[in-house]
Amino acid sequence: MMLFQVRGGVKLSYRKELSSESAIVRMPVPKRLFIPLQQHVGSPSEPVVEVGQWVGKGQLIGRGGRGISANVHASTSGTVTAIEERVAPHPSGLNQLTVVIEADGEDRWAELPSPITADFPLPATPRELNDRVAAAGIVGLGGAAFPSAVKLDMRYKYSIDTLVINGAECEPYITCDDRLMREAANEIVDGVRIMGYALAAEHIIIAIEANKPKAVKAMREAARADRSIQVVTVPTRFPMGSAQHLLMAVTGRETPADKRTAEVGAVVHNVATARAVSNAVRRGEPLISRVVTVSGFGVREPANVEVRLGTPVEDLLAFCGGLLPVPTLLINGGPMMGAALPSVHAPVVKGTSGVLALTASEINDGPQSPCIRCGKCVSACPAGLVPVEMVQLIKRGDLQGAKAIGSQDCISCGSCSYICPSHIPLAHYFSFANGKLNDLDRDARRQHRIRALIQTRNERTAREAEAKKAAAVARKAAKAAAAAAAAAAAVSNETLETSA
Amino acid sequence: MSTVASRAGPFTHTANSVTRTMVWVMVALTPATLYGLWLFGWPAVLLFGITLGSSLAAEAAMLALSGQPVHARLGDGSALLTGWLLALSLPPWAPWWIGVLGSVFAIVLAKHVFGGLGQNMFNPAMVARVVLLISFPVQMTLWATPAPLGSAAAPSLGQALAYVSGHTSVPEHMSAATSLGALKTELSRGVALTQTTDKLAAPQQMALGEEAGSMGETSAVLLLAGGLLLLGLRIISWHIPVAMLGTLAALAAVSHALEPARFASMPIHLLTGASVLGAFFIATDYVTSPVSRAGQLLFGAGIGALTWVIRSLGSYPEGLAFAVVLMNALVPLIDRALRPRVFGRSRAGKSLEVKAEPKIKL
Amino acid sequence: MTQAAQAIGAIGLLGTGLGAVLGVAARYLSAPADDRAEAVVALLPGSNCAQCGFAGCKQAAAAIADGRAAPNCCPPGGASTAQQVAELIGVRLAADDADAALPTVAWVDEERCIGCTRCIRKCASDAIVGAVKQMHTVLPEACYACGLCKAECPTQAIIMKPVLPTLATWHWPKPATAQRVAAG
Repeated sequence: MMLFQVRGGVKLSYRKELSSESAIVRMPVPKRLFIPLQQHVGSPSEPVVEVGQWVGKGQLIGRGGRGISANVHASTSGTVTAIEERVAPHPSGLNQLTVVIEADGEDRWAELPSPITADFPLPATPRELNDRVAAAGIVGLGGAAFPSAVKLDMRYKYSIDTLVINGAECEPYITCDDRLMREAANEIVDGVRIMGYALAAEHIIIAIEANKPKAVKAMREAARADRSIQVVTVPTRFPMGSAQHLLMAVTGRETPADKRTAEVGAVVHNVATARAVSNAVRRGEPLISRVVTVSGFGVREPANVEVRLGTPVEDLLAFCGGLLPVPTLLINGGPMMGAALPSVHAPVVKGTSGVLALTASEINDGPQSPCIRCGKCVSACPAGLVPVEMVQLIKRGDLQGAKAIGSQDCISCGSCSYICPSHIPLAHYFSFANGKLNDLDRDARRQHRIRALIQTRNERTAREAEAKKAAAVARKAAKAAAAAAAAAAAVSNETLETSA
Repeated sequence: MSTVASRAGPFTHTANSVTRTMVWVMVALTPATLYGLWLFGWPAVLLFGITLGSSLAAEAAMLALSGQPVHARLGDGSALLTGWLLALSLPPWAPWWIGVLGSVFAIVLAKHVFGGLGQNMFNPAMVARVVLLISFPVQMTLWATPAPLGSAAAPSLGQALAYVSGHTSVPEHMSAATSLGALKTELSRGVALTQTTDKLAAPQQMALGEEAGSMGETSAVLLLAGGLLLLGLRIISWHIPVAMLGTLAALAAVSHALEPARFASMPIHLLTGASVLGAFFIATDYVTSPVSRAGQLLFGAGIGALTWVIRSLGSYPEGLAFAVVLMNALVPLIDRALRPRVFGRSRAGKSLEVKAEPKIKL
Repeated sequence: MTQAAQAIGAIGLLGTGLGAVLGVAARYLSAPADDRAEAVVALLPGSNCAQCGFAGCKQAAAAIADGRAAPNCCPPGGASTAQQVAELIGVRLAADDADAALPTVAWVDEERCIGCTRCIRKCASDAIVGAVKQMHTVLPEACYACGLCKAECPTQAIIMKPVLPTLATWHWPKPATAQRVAAG
């Protein structure tokens, strides 16, 4: 199949061999699970259980909030011991509302929706399938954690004709999708077909990077029966896994800036998400576990682990032999777009594709030196931006100038920082700038509302003052009239008296 | 206790660094430099050493003055490279103070006054060469015939010291004009180019470098090899060299075809006057060239065109230094005008319009 | 006249002439300050809290337009107002994290509040809810930290609390100029 040229990107040293040949192992359920109520993009879900309550495996513990949100389920059976603020797997180190479950060891399923085991065409409408996916709390497992049902619902807003399944896995070290494709290809393809049916997509393309030949073979085998599915190999280049760039590469459609891929008629889902959809439909199981790659030179036994959501990272690391006694940095996700973990107590959540323990040699940091305008960042940027110019403006404090040349189109892939010979933290500057601009925007909107409040109050006080004045004048007039009337009455009385 | 992470990603980095880049450029220059040093003998060696030494000294002084870490910054090799390129563009038997003054102009005036590494607008080596050429035209146009080390005509170390210290000037029988210089002089005397060309060295000799000129003018072949090494290592991209040499070649070929008596042929233009040195090592200087690919093509073409114009229509026989410095002045404009197109936006910056019926292209 | 004198004279004359032209242009052709002051007033909160040191927002706007006050002299306006005013005036403001102290909002200490409603009457944006002898409380989304309530309260029951970042509002700070990742 014809592929299209995608600009920019970098060639990385992937080091996937650390874990690519390790089959997925299932980790036993830990004693305590810490399940955050927000593991997805959008508004946090609201707790529907109470402290002290027993919950079954797969039972709903958090209902999706307003707008874009997702359900959260218990990953095992046990008692809810607390619903409190606990450290989130977020580089800020801030806490978030988390449900703490003490496992009872039985791992008993709660009541699940009835499975749909029939073959295609399924005895369920697309609407019903979307509702199942939503109920199961499925979000994008590639790392973006966007609620999948919302994406499937796009068919009602846009005309969708293509479903692209993202098996690129372009980050170094991460091999969870690779292993999943090799070991559970049939389940994935089943999920793909369900999603294709829900979207009424004419074309289904499964895109896999060329560095995963075994996965390509397995998926081709599994998808052989369905003519509408094509398995395509894309070049191994970071960030080929970016949804918009992958879409461009396999279909030639360029998603307009600030818009979704649905705008050009396509929806992109991750392979693991497809498997979760299959589970939800065929077995009625909600999303309660995922495959995580534990890797890096700092881990004793790198592995791909199927782990229950809410498992603390320290338990996961211990399961993989623990850390080696060398200085390491713990990363949540991949080394390019992942972030440092604030604590080993942070839990594994829906978006955790990998936990890496990287040594100094792997990070390969160096002292910053002045920019030599080599332009490598410009060649590397997949979004077509000019990092060298943007960072100059940001350093001077001219954030609006940086925005004018496109800083908000930055996808934070990190290719520019990777390639910079002077070790300038370009991507960090852009994250800062965009965050600050969002701050200023929020602040500006708030100030606008407050100015309106101030104005309303000023008008009200003015009105009250007017009313007071008018009342005072009226009172005075009434008094004067009463006095005049009394005087007139007195005079007439007098007259009467005199005349009488 | 949870703590805030110290920095944002990415947490991996290419092995490339500024020092590594500079080192490879110097490696690429070495064959041509060694050949040139051998070709012109001891005076050239001494001048080369003096130029490099004063570049490093000037850089160290400026770094100390501006409060930067001297050892670390000196070690990145940028000053050494500037001095090296300057030395390659000087007359090989020039007196020592030409080298010293040139280095000072390059490092202090053209680089640190603008803000140091990465901040200069003009190529330091070329600025220095232009300043020297205009200020000291005699010394800068006194070329020597090649007298390889070990040959009979080669000056000994003692004689070399005499030349370099300015004590003795280059003897008449050793001085010669460069090819371009000869062509220009003869043309101004009314002699047709075709006649002069016959008296010049054959193109093969020119390519190898057995003719008078600065060290960087001489061996086009070795310089080309170095340039290809840099291309292969992805230290430079093909855009500037191809655009520059291509434009120069095209203009030379067309003009020579139209008026052979007045305009030099393409091989002469390409093989003399440091064209190859300029295309691969000077014009591709990161700091003073555009950052986008399209900009680099325009930049290279501009240098090629200006070089040809100055050589053929101007009064200087050698135009590369001027051409480079002139195009350097246009680089900010080029960078602003030729930004790449942002993904998902039109060239004007607006979000792309979605066509009514997106059809998949299979 | 010697050549040097000629040269100096010519350049001197040229410089003086051009300088005079520029001076005249700067005086008579510059943008009128009045319009700008009006535009600045529209951006400021408009509650005359006097934290900027001027009597009211109108006076502050006039001062900013004249150049007597900096565009970021209004603390309750926050960073966004400073940015917008700076853009209007044409002054560059370094958007550094260094000067960004955390924004604050007022908070009523319920132990100390006596329900006198003096703060409610003072608050320009109606951000305090309460009634006589009833507990007062501040609506944080309407409070822009002008501080008038704090000054008014007879029992010092109001303090300004910093607004801490949440997961939704946190962002990366500006990278330091010289960094090294500490592995470990």
